[in-house]
Amino acid sequence: MSQKWEDTAFKGPMARAMGLGSAHTGLHHWMGQKMTALANIPLVLWVVWSFVSLAGTGAQIEIVQAFFAQPVNAIMMLLFLCSVFYHMALGLQVVIEDYVHCSFGKPFMLVMVKLFSAGLFVASAFSVLKLALGFHVTDIAAVAVQM
Amino acid sequence: MPLPSRPLSPHLQVWKWSMNMTLSILHRASGIALSVGSLMLVWFLVAAASGKEAYEFFLGFASSGFGQLCLFGWTGAVFFHMCSGIRHLIMDTGRMITIPAAEKAGFIIFVVSIALTLGLWGCIKFYQ
Repeated sequence: MSQKWEDTAFKGPMARAMGLGSAHTGLHHWMGQKMTALANIPLVLWVVWSFVSLAGTGAQIEIVQAFFAQPVNAIMMLLFLCSVFYHMALGLQVVIEDYVHCSFGKPFMLVMVKLFSAGLFVASAFSVLKLALGFHVTDIAAVAVQM
Repeated sequence: MPLPSRPLSPHLQVWKWSMNMTLSILHRASGIALSVGSLMLVWFLVAAASGKEAYEFFLGFASSGFGQLCLFGWTGAVFFHMCSGIRHLIMDTGRMITIPAAEKAGFIIFVVSIALTLGLWGCIKFYQ
């Protein structure tokens, strides 16, 4: 039987080369890392600047609630969380692939990093949604007064 | 089966310390530090969504000496990882891949990320 990389009449150069790297795949991972890296630049600058502004006001909870009640702020924060936690999962995956060579530890840690990143994303994204959409006790009190 | 005695690739301590290495190691280190630091961001958001008591507890930590040190380190890691990441994006286009370019880029990355970090904390302390 001829090998995958051998030239035959029916194979182009691409078909011979595909999947032959040590990991058999990689473009999707690389593209994800680079696209989120690009997206992270404006998003991280926005987050850092927003936190500095919040800290400047004393960052009491009412101010944080009012901040995320603004759709622009909630949307930017959700975009930031999507981009940054995906970037983090991909980055930590490479670090584990490079340095952990234990046959049990490596797959275990690779799975844990994915689950951990997903957990952090869900926890933070849900919190932003609750701050943006949820009724706060003070709002309900205000509505009751108006009624 | 005994391993064949082939020459092995020399490890870190054999090489002369270079700018390339410094940037590469610090890029990874800052990435890992930011992954740990993201816990504080998640804590902030979850605490704010949970209510006043949980949020006051977070605020107490964030404004403590250790909390401020964490935040300072976090912003430093953010700016370094961002500047170094921009270098990686430029290198992906095939530019700046020579050793002199790395030396120059490294100098710019250190100056810019330190300046941004100190400038930011100057702003924070000035407006407080």
